[in-house]
Amino acid sequence: MNNIGLPQMLIVSSILFFIGVYGFLTRRNMITMLMSIELILNSVNINFIAFNKYLYADKLDGLFFTIFIITIAAAEAAVAIAIIINLYRSYKSIDVEDANTMKF
Amino acid sequence: MNASTIIFYVLAAIILGGAVAAVTNRKIFRAAISLLFSLIGIAGLYFYLDYQFIAAVQIVVYVGGIVVLIIFSIFLTQESGENMKRPAIGRVLFSGLAALFGCAFTILLIQDYQFVPTTLAAIEPTANNIGSQMLSTTEHGYILPFELVSILLLAAMIGCIVIAMKIKEPATNIIAPNALKIGDVTYTEVTIETIKEKVI
Repeated sequence: MNNIGLPQMLIVSSILFFIGVYGFLTRRNMITMLMSIELILNSVNINFIAFNKYLYADKLDGLFFTIFIITIAAAEAAVAIAIIINLYRSYKSIDVEDANTMKF
Repeated sequence: MNASTIIFYVLAAIILGGAVAAVTNRKIFRAAISLLFSLIGIAGLYFYLDYQFIAAVQIVVYVGGIVVLIIFSIFLTQESGENMKRPAIGRVLFSGLAALFGCAFTILLIQDYQFVPTTLAAIEPTANNIGSQMLSTTEHGYILPFELVSILLLAAMIGCIVIAMKIKEPATNIIAPNALKIGDVTYTEVTIETIKEKVI
């Protein structure tokens, strides 16, 4: 374990991914679920950067994917927070269990 | 165990500790601050890998944008000092097991796999190289996704405004402030004289 290589990076990113999955499954508050999604997206970004650095150093494609993922994550967070604020106006709560009007 | 290895493990500890605190802390504001630390640790990891541009983008967009947006919406919608409800024990157990087994499976696969690095000369990920390849129209350019993302951002901006906009009640039966309605007849521009004249 003396040299840091690709496997160590991938282990960190996969642990981060599954922490995000755990948070997404257990939390019932919409803002904290959004935070878990951010963790998952960040673990994917670490993967892209690590693969680009250690395996394909002659290209920049992983870096572009990371830039586009960060952009789309920002747009997604903005839209999600607009939805959350609108939901709070209607239900006075942002718990996913409380928004059950359209539940079958 | 040289300095670079130690730095990597410190960064990994910051990232994973922040992430665990962000998904388990019952005070929502502290969870958001833990997420902030985790994201800063990820930016540090990009610095560690010599990708300064991505690290700067990470700090600007995530730490400066998304976390501030999340904290802002916490203040708008939550009582941030109070503890959140404890999640059901069955849900914690089964999602914990799912995450644990998924993680163990992935790590086993990673450790067995033989990665073959390229032998070609490396490109420096400077802002110059990134910019000229991203905006080039040749075979390996990224101009089309760049334009698509700009349209996506515009659509997201308009969508946010439309979703969060408060719709006013439709204005019906508005009577001017100095009007007087008696029976079916509405008198506008009511003064003392008109009241004396028409009502009394």
